[in-house]
Amino acid sequence: MSAELSKVLDHIEKISELDLDGVPPTSHVIDVVNALRPDEPEPSLPREVILAAAPEPLHDGFGVPSPGAA
Amino acid sequence: MGVPPVPDYEPVIGLEIHVQLSTRTKMFCGCRLSFNDPPNIHTCPTCLGLPGALPVVNARAIHFGIMIGLALGCEIAERSLFHRKNYFYPDLPKGYQISQYDVPLCRGGRLGDVRIHRVHLEEDAAKLNHLGASGRIHGSDRSWVDFNRGGTPLVEIVTEPDLRSPEQAREWPALLRTTLRQLGVSDVNMEEGSLRVDANVSVRPVGSTELGTKTELKNMNSFRFLERGVRAEISRQIGLLEHGEPVMQETLHYDPAGDTLTALRSKEEAHDYRYFPEPDLVPVVATEGMIAAARADLPAELPVERAARYENELGLNADTARLFAFRTELGDYFERALAASGGNGEQRQVDPVELSNWIPQLVERIGSDSDPAGSNVAPESLARLATMVKAKEVSRDAAREVLTRLVEEGGDPRKIVEREGLGAITAEDDGLGELVDRAIAADPAAADQVRSGNMKAIGPLVGYVMRETKGRADGGEITRLIRDRLGL
Amino acid sequence: MSGLIDLTAAAAAERIRAREIAPAELFEAYRARAADNDLNAYTWVADVSPADDGYAETPLAGVPIAVKDLFCTEGVPSQSGSKILEGYRPPYTATVVAKLAQAGAPLLGKTNQDEFAMGSSNENSGFGPVFNPWDRSRVPGGSSGGSAAAVAAGLAPWALGTDTGGSIRQPAALCGIVGLKPTYGACSRYGMIAFASSLDQAGPLTRDVTDAALILRHAVGRDRRDSTSLEFPGEIALPSAQELKGIRLGVPEELTGAAGGIEPGVRESFEATVALAERLGASVEACRLPHAPHALSAYYLIAPAEASANLARYDAVRYGLRVGGDADLITMYSRTREVGFGAEVKRRIMLGTYALSSGYYDAYYGTAQKVRTKIAEDFATAFERFDFIVTPTSPCTAFELGSKTDDPLAMYLNDFLAVPMSLAGIAAISIPSGLSEGLPVGFQLAGPAFSESRLLDAAYALEQAIGFDGSSARA
Repeated sequence: MSAELSKVLDHIEKISELDLDGVPPTSHVIDVVNALRPDEPEPSLPREVILAAAPEPLHDGFGVPSPGAA
Repeated sequence: MGVPPVPDYEPVIGLEIHVQLSTRTKMFCGCRLSFNDPPNIHTCPTCLGLPGALPVVNARAIHFGIMIGLALGCEIAERSLFHRKNYFYPDLPKGYQISQYDVPLCRGGRLGDVRIHRVHLEEDAAKLNHLGASGRIHGSDRSWVDFNRGGTPLVEIVTEPDLRSPEQAREWPALLRTTLRQLGVSDVNMEEGSLRVDANVSVRPVGSTELGTKTELKNMNSFRFLERGVRAEISRQIGLLEHGEPVMQETLHYDPAGDTLTALRSKEEAHDYRYFPEPDLVPVVATEGMIAAARADLPAELPVERAARYENELGLNADTARLFAFRTELGDYFERALAASGGNGEQRQVDPVELSNWIPQLVERIGSDSDPAGSNVAPESLARLATMVKAKEVSRDAAREVLTRLVEEGGDPRKIVEREGLGAITAEDDGLGELVDRAIAADPAAADQVRSGNMKAIGPLVGYVMRETKGRADGGEITRLIRDRLGL
Repeated sequence: MSGLIDLTAAAAAERIRAREIAPAELFEAYRARAADNDLNAYTWVADVSPADDGYAETPLAGVPIAVKDLFCTEGVPSQSGSKILEGYRPPYTATVVAKLAQAGAPLLGKTNQDEFAMGSSNENSGFGPVFNPWDRSRVPGGSSGGSAAAVAAGLAPWALGTDTGGSIRQPAALCGIVGLKPTYGACSRYGMIAFASSLDQAGPLTRDVTDAALILRHAVGRDRRDSTSLEFPGEIALPSAQELKGIRLGVPEELTGAAGGIEPGVRESFEATVALAERLGASVEACRLPHAPHALSAYYLIAPAEASANLARYDAVRYGLRVGGDADLITMYSRTREVGFGAEVKRRIMLGTYALSSGYYDAYYGTAQKVRTKIAEDFATAFERFDFIVTPTSPCTAFELGSKTDDPLAMYLNDFLAVPMSLAGIAAISIPSGLSEGLPVGFQLAGPAFSESRLLDAAYALEQAIGFDGSSARA
């Protein structure tokens, strides 16, 4: 895995050779701002539906090992 | 052999406040906000982090964010971005939190004595519940997640490290809370979790301008505990430094029961959050329209403005002005009492400063967290009482008794004074001069002291007369008469 | 029966509207072939054909569509080709799939794909590779390999795929069909299991350009659930051009030049198609895309970075595979992802995490986003002089299964002709231009954002003139 990644990185690192002074990075591809939605409630999913996919339904929620337990 | 002097240390405290906004829906989806509802009934693909789901920004959350920025005197960013803050935890469904990083909604600002560093928007984590005896994380084996809270809009307010004492760490958040409450953007209730305050604490030698290593105190449930935790941490840090040991950067939990500080296990495995701009959202541009709309929704007078007006226009002292401004219910009552007096032929306008003395007295009698508006004492009654005191129609001591009666039964202070015979006894009244003579006769030693210039000795003489008049005589009057009689 | 599956979707729709065929009949013909296929093109096929209710009145007339596994389809497995989501049935349907169903294209089945859309050969699927119907010892391309193979082999009339760095166009080229990557933002991404958010786009894989236009027309539109989606200006016209008079085509030297690594057979087909375009009236000149040689590097920093975050939600808490739930939390996370993710996905998550990490962000992710800006500028400049940029779609024809799986870099290099268009967010289409040693070759045309109608028209004219016959793959 790491040998393959090294090879990939070697290839990729060539972009550092470019002169990109003063070029702004693309943070968003489309020229849109303020895609906002009104503060109006929409129906939520029924609990039994969401828990149907849960690996460990527990107490009407999603069971997990406790983070504090070592 | 000289021991270098132990420097005096000063605390340097900054606060990070998280405020849950009282919008109707979550930050990035249309699920309703929960109020102790059954678990997991307010979720959808977005706030559950289901595959393929996408966030959409709540317009009202932006509106509230701008309002907060304006109220705190911040600069509203022309264009701000959301970023992904990446880490793993069961209460974080996407494995990243959508927050703001280097282009937040607001920067700069000030509230009272403390400068604001930044204000930004983000989504709240879900709730992790622990099974096991104490319900606390240590010692439990299984936990379960309730995603109702996940996605609730949060505003994070970060101050500059301008706070300098544990007391200030208690008082300033109270001012912030009052301000936010007035804006109507949040319930700001610490017990319910809509207001959370973390403190960053460090110390440094007095006079130094460099910052020491800071620690972070989290999860304190009240301003009082915050004050105590900060105080404990300051002591701890000073203790370390005085022993030549360094302060380690860590996160601590304060337990008020034992006044102890414990290092928290870091919830993120690494502190590198690998922030990058959220590609599922577009930038937020604060247009003139949006800012105007936010400004229009600001209350006419914010607490800091009210405090300034009380001090500068009404002549209240700074502390009282702040007390009334920062506790809205006291200020409101005060204003109603002011308004209720005067304009009525038979009553003069009450003196604001005199009136202001009587509100703390009222509060003492009804409980320091109570709202005077809920008491039996109508604002106009308090105003009338203050006016009577100012006009020396009743002595200060007697007035206190009248107030107690008012608290018990309500009504008109004049009627109470009449009924109880608490009207002021003045020099013109018969008998006061006689009482003064008797006081001097009863305590010749004190009288001699006073004659020879020791004014402190006048106390017992005044006290005698006060007792005899059951507090109805004005202390100042009594003193004047005694001096008169003693030829001073 | 066999006559039915030789109809293009548009032709079938016409027959349905003319009451010559019943939608259920068409559906069943395809369903049977899909259920029985030896290409491993499908991960799920419908059990039953939907009732005929009123399909004839809808725009797509009930012509069924195969949909890539990563589109959420309510109650139907949506796994994005990954074991970590094996058997996962979402509680909602992707917007684009819902729109097409609404327009009259019912769900035929879910197609196999490279895991989480990462791959160029469909050999990275958690459910086995897909085989190219032209030669079953070869790959169909990826990541939409199942969709491409299904359409090419007549196992579906048309299909929906996704293109992040060529994942619609390249398999379309290798399978001898049409594949279109729309302008970024034209189609909603809501319900598309994410790979790279700023690059992923849904698009059609079809037998011909007309079918592609028909799907696109009903797939586009602003979705309030996707903040990055836009209203498509105007309607997508069905193509009709017979020639290319006045069309200026640009051939980028940096991509098609001799040092490019393009197979001789592919180059030959490309040049023949360019000459054909000229005969149709187009003018062809060399153009410059100076930063295009660095597009692949930028792509393999940006896409894995976004993917590393997008795949963090697969943590065994709310859905999907769980391994080690009896151990501690960290063990559960790591064991689940160790077992549930394939090698390529792990590779890209590591690459992406590295590209974003403190101290490396500026050199890697940050620089890549700057290269992206330059690439977008290069295209904008080129489009001032040219209507469309043309290249071969893929540097090679379908390669043998297993021939590149040991060399990720070699596999990544398959994408170098497609990736620049993805980074710039512009529209691009691949049409079959001929065969090289019996294997299909694809010709790519790329146009400015929202130029789909004109792009489809130009592609149509070329398609008519080329006259490619893909029927042998359906035998």
